[in-house]
Amino acid sequence: MLGSGIINGLAVTAKNLVGSFNDPKRLVTTEYPEQRTQIPEAFRNFPFLVCDDGDKSLETLRCVACQICEKECPPQCIYIEKSKDKKPDATGKPQFYPAVFDIDTSVCMSCQICVEVCPFEAIKMDQEFEIATGDRFGGLLFDRDRLTRSNAYYHCIHPTEAAAVDARLAADRKAAEEKAKAAAAAAAAKAAAAAKAKAEATAAPPAPKPPEGSPPAP
Amino acid sequence: MIDESVLERLPLIAGEFLREALPYPWNWIVRSLLVIVGILAVFGGLFAALTLAERKLLGRFQNRPGPNRTTIPFTRIRLFGLFQPIADALKILTKEDIVPRSADRLLHFLAPVSLVAFALITFAVIPFGRHIVPVELDAAVLYFFAAGTASELAVFMAGWASRNKYSLLGAMRALAQLISYELPLLLSFVPVIMLAGTLSTTGIVDAQDGWVAGFIPKWHVLTPWGLVGFVVFLIAAFAESNRAPFDLPEAESEIIAGHLTEYSGFKYALFFMAEYLGMCALSAMGVTLFLGGWRAPLPLLEIIPSYAWFAVKLLSVLFLFIWVRATLPRLRMDQLMRLAWKFLVPAGLLNLLAAASWQLTAGWSATALGLGARWALAFAIVVIPLHLLARTMTRHHQPRVYRYA
Repeated sequence: MLGSGIINGLAVTAKNLVGSFNDPKRLVTTEYPEQRTQIPEAFRNFPFLVCDDGDKSLETLRCVACQICEKECPPQCIYIEKSKDKKPDATGKPQFYPAVFDIDTSVCMSCQICVEVCPFEAIKMDQEFEIATGDRFGGLLFDRDRLTRSNAYYHCIHPTEAAAVDARLAADRKAAEEKAKAAAAAAAAKAAAAAKAKAEATAAPPAPKPPEGSPPAP
Repeated sequence: MIDESVLERLPLIAGEFLREALPYPWNWIVRSLLVIVGILAVFGGLFAALTLAERKLLGRFQNRPGPNRTTIPFTRIRLFGLFQPIADALKILTKEDIVPRSADRLLHFLAPVSLVAFALITFAVIPFGRHIVPVELDAAVLYFFAAGTASELAVFMAGWASRNKYSLLGAMRALAQLISYELPLLLSFVPVIMLAGTLSTTGIVDAQDGWVAGFIPKWHVLTPWGLVGFVVFLIAAFAESNRAPFDLPEAESEIIAGHLTEYSGFKYALFFMAEYLGMCALSAMGVTLFLGGWRAPLPLLEIIPSYAWFAVKLLSVLFLFIWVRATLPRLRMDQLMRLAWKFLVPAGLLNLLAAASWQLTAGWSATALGLGARWALAFAIVVIPLHLLARTMTRHHQPRVYRYA
C-alpha cells in the first residue's frame, strides 16, 4: 500500500521513543567522564618505558640507551641521550642508561615500531589517552620520568602480552646462565688440560700443540 | 456567550485593564502593542523550548539521551539539561559575525532580518483563542500566503548575497522546492475555503463549530476531503518549512549548509528562529483550518480555556514534525519534484472534486446508509485515482540490489 513504509518507519521510531524511557538497556550511550567502558586489551596509544621495580624505577629501567628506537621512529619523535656512566641491569651486568629519554606525543603516530625493534623489551605501548593539556609544547613532551612505568602496570594493561614477554625474558636469562656455566666448565677443563700438559712437558719431550680456538662445550 | 469562565475571558480583561490604566495617547495603541509583545514573547519562548524539545526527542527517537549536561547557571545541578537553550543562546550571541569580503553587505544583513519579519507577521491572522485574534482580516488566508511566500525572497536573498556557490545552490534548491510545494499547500486549503465560504480564519473556525451526534466535533479533518487535505497539507508543510525529509536546501552532506553557509553568530540564529517560527505559523494555520482551531474536542471539555486547546493542538502538530524528522531520510531533488507535481498536485485537485461532491450530497446524511455512501463517494473520488497513479509511478520500483557491497 502507498505510504505503508512511512507508517512502519514511524512505528519503529515511536517504539524507540517509548522504549528508551522504559528500558534503560536501549540507551547505549556511555556518559563518558562519569561512566567508562572497559578498554580492549589490544588498544595502544603512546609508548612508555618499562622498569622491573616501580619503587626503584631508574635503577631497574630496562632501557640501555641503544638508540635503535630513536633511529627507527618514522616521525622522529624520540630523543635519547646516552649516560656517561654505567649502572647494573637486571642481571647485574653494567649497562648504559638513558640520561634523557623524551617522546613528543604531539608527533608520535602510535605505530609501535619502537616496540617491535627494541631488543630489551624496554619500551611498550601505553593505554593512557587522557593527556589533553593547555600547553601544547611542554605538556605533550614526555620526559623519562613521566614515561617510566613498572612491569606490574604493564601486566595490568596488557596481561597476555606481558606474560609472554616475562616468559621470554626468563628463558633468555636461563639460557644465558647455562651458557655461562658451560663456558666456565669448559674454561676449567681447558685450564686443567693445560696444567696437565705442562706437567707432562716438564717430564717428557714436548707433545704436539692442541688445535687452537677449540670450540667450548655446547 | 454568557457562561464563559474568567480564564476564557482573561485576554479581554487584561486588554481592558491596560486600556483603562494608561493615559490617552497610549491607550488606543495598547491592543497592538499587547499583540506584538505577546507574539514575540510566546513564540520566542516556544522557539527556545522547541530547540531543546527537538533535540531531546530526536535523541529518544534514536535511543540516545539527548543533551543533558547543561547545568543551572552558577550551580552544578543538571536538571536533564533543561538549560540548554540558554547555553546555546549565550554561545551563538558571543560568536563573531563574519561577512564574506565579496558579499553584498546590505543584502547579506537584510536577508535574515526580513526572513524573521515575514515569519512573524504570519502570526497576525491566527485565531489563538476565542478572544485572541491579533488582526481580524476578511482575506486572512490570502494574507497568510502572501507573507509566507515572501520568505522565499529572503532565502534567495541570503543565497545570492553570500557570493558562495553552495549558498547559491542551496538558495536555488530552496526556491524550487518552496515554489513547487506552495501549490499543493494552496490546493489543500482551497476546499476548506470553498466549504466555509470565507477567507477569514475566524470564519473558518466558526464553520467547524458544533457536534455530530452530540460528541463528535465537526472539524474538517473528520471529513473525507478534510482528511486527505490535511495529509496533503502536512506533506507540503514539511517541505515549506525546509525540514527533513525535505531539507535539501541545507543538506549538510551535499552543500554544507545551503544558504546558511556564510552566516554565523546572531544572523545564523535569526535564520534558525525564522525556520522554527515558520514551522509554528504553518502548524497553527493547519490547526485552524483542519483541526477545529481553538475548539475543544468534546463538549464536556469546553471548560478548559480555548487558547489551551489551541496550544495542545499546536504542540501535537509540532511533535508530528519532529517525529517525521526523526524517521524519514532526505529525498533526492528529482524525487522531491516528482512528489510535488505528479502526486500532491493531482491529489489536491482530486480533493477539490471530493469536497464538491461532499457539499452536493449534504442531503444524504439523514440516514446511516446515506452517510456511508457519502463518505464512500468522497473517498472513492480521491483514493482510486491516486492509487492508480501511485501504481504507475512506482511500477519500476523494486528492492535495491547491492552487487558490490
